[in-house]
Amino acid sequence: MGRPELKEHIINKDWCKGCGICVHFCPKNVLELDSDAKVYAARPEDCIYCRLCELRCPDLAIEVKKVTFNERKDKIRSGQ
Amino acid sequence: MGVKDYIRTRFFPHIWCPGCGHGTVLNSLLTAIEKLGLSKNDIVFVSGIGCSSRISGYVDFHTLHTIHGRAVAFATGVKMSRPGLNIIVPMGDGDALAIGGNHFIHAARRNIDLTAIVMNNRIYGMTGGQFSPLSGYGIKATTAPYYNIDHGFDIAELSVAAGATFVARSTTYHVKQLTNIFCKAILHKGFSVVEVLSQCPTYFGRKNNAGSAVDMMEFYKNNTIPKGSKAKEENSDLIERGIFVQKELPEYCEEYDKIIKIAKNRG
Repeated sequence: MGRPELKEHIINKDWCKGCGICVHFCPKNVLELDSDAKVYAARPEDCIYCRLCELRCPDLAIEVKKVTFNERKDKIRSGQ
Repeated sequence: MGVKDYIRTRFFPHIWCPGCGHGTVLNSLLTAIEKLGLSKNDIVFVSGIGCSSRISGYVDFHTLHTIHGRAVAFATGVKMSRPGLNIIVPMGDGDALAIGGNHFIHAARRNIDLTAIVMNNRIYGMTGGQFSPLSGYGIKATTAPYYNIDHGFDIAELSVAAGATFVARSTTYHVKQLTNIFCKAILHKGFSVVEVLSQCPTYFGRKNNAGSAVDMMEFYKNNTIPKGSKAKEENSDLIERGIFVQKELPEYCEEYDKIIKIAKNRG
């Protein structure tokens, strides 16, 4: 079993209040605030799927999705 | 995310200020409940009044939003009538230890099976930033414009002295530890107290130049240490976090059942 692989950051912009907790404490500096002071994943390729942003978010606005076992299997089979 | 299955999404976004630690406590609590795999029907949230107590409106369990300081009293009633339910009592520092101080210490003394969560932001946020019994000496508040001359409680020591059988402390920065502590507190049979240091950037932060929510969480990161760490001997200002007490004592509802049986056999 390898490391979990990031699929996507699902961000609920209606709930995000732009406090910046996730941006500041991200160990890989993946997230940033946009011009509306809402969070977005600026460098998703650096994400290590620690989920600390999701766990610390006071607004329950971030969800970090990982690639599931079956999706991974399909990827390998299709030779990607 | 399973956490979303446990909330009443129609009330979101919630009323808490940007960066409020109470949101992180909610998040962590739901993560713990999801981890334990508890059924929604087996959980009751009983809260009083205050920013922190609004939590019971947001969770999709049985919820009871009661009067100021009396959350533990109402929770005692629920537990006595339905001992099979898991009762979680989220409270603020003022709700738990000023207005509800007596209920709190006596529930701890009885060792009734409740999980009391004290979200300690050291201020009355909802009413405009008055100092609370947890503010502590030297802190500024709306009602202490120069500085506060009252000393604060130590919730952990107070709970241990009052007889709580599970006492722990963590912060909103240490979410993984916090989730683990919540799991243990919910599973514990008896009165469990979890103190969570939770930032109030709006009132406590502004009045005391503590900076933004991020700065206040950095403070928790740099000024708390695991319980029993040697760093505490060198710097007594550091705040210990972890589990302070975890012991087994007869639980109140079970003892009460025994008395009922004795009385019935006599009659």
